[in-house]
Amino acid sequence: MIDLDDLDRALLRALTRDATQSAGALGRRLGLSQPATWRRIRKLEMAGILNGRRLRLNAEKLGFGVTVFLGVKLATKGRVSLEDFERAVSAIPEVQRVEHILGLYDYRLRVVARDLPDFERVLRRRIMTLPGVGEVEANVLLSEERRAGPIA
Amino acid sequence: MLDDVDRRLLRHWQSDASLSPAELAERVGITSGKAARRLARMQEIGVIEGISAVIDWAALGYAVEVSLRITLDKTQARAFDDFIEAARAVPEVTEIQTFLGRVDVRLNIIARDMPHYQDIYRRRVLTLPHIADIEALMQIAQIKDEEALPL
Repeated sequence: MIDLDDLDRALLRALTRDATQSAGALGRRLGLSQPATWRRIRKLEMAGILNGRRLRLNAEKLGFGVTVFLGVKLATKGRVSLEDFERAVSAIPEVQRVEHILGLYDYRLRVVARDLPDFERVLRRRIMTLPGVGEVEANVLLSEERRAGPIA
Repeated sequence: MLDDVDRRLLRHWQSDASLSPAELAERVGITSGKAARRLARMQEIGVIEGISAVIDWAALGYAVEVSLRITLDKTQARAFDDFIEAARAVPEVTEIQTFLGRVDVRLNIIARDMPHYQDIYRRRVLTLPHIADIEALMQIAQIKDEEALPL
């Protein structure tokens, strides 16, 4: 594991805001030469800390007005294979995130839908019919904030 | 507002955000000039917000990820505002969400290991204002996390 210095952290912050910035432009802002900036980015990539890119889309403007977090409990633990459940749930296009968790529920899902009737359709036709699915709790997302995390 | 070609561009870019506009154009089967104009327009109207680098927190030594589901004391008029403002000051909080449902607020917290998590939980989380109840869900594995929209 590598230790980050202040410049590494500043680079990570800048790249999570906009990954398309060139090493030259980033370096100018941080007071680094272009090759020095490039070497640092390369080092962060090699260490697996910078792990690809993500396109940020505005869900609402694309017609997806509802996001719901679901807590799912498996009904028949031991009889249904976790792999089967995970494969089936991951294949649902509206399911954006699947986390295997320990606690009140077995899985946490992030589901996106056009509106509440559309969500109900996804819930009834796709989620409730998954192999082994038991109790489901839904919480409708009202607001969301992504924080920089411990690199600030 | 958006047509089929726009949506195809977004689909390809969503599945691989490292593609250049020229590569995207090739996959969709239009000229790179046309692709660039369409992408610029979608940026202008706010459909495309940007491209972020993804940080792998585990590679940075943060092995523990916990989802804290919090119920607030709603008899306090400023419960949400006070709580969220204080939660923003905790560096290990990576996401803050508010909900309609049994849960009021969810915090996503990362920590290096269990002792580190215990320390954050006791010193920084339990001291947040207006908490009525907390449930912790510990993440065992991330099965799907690309957060793509079904375009």
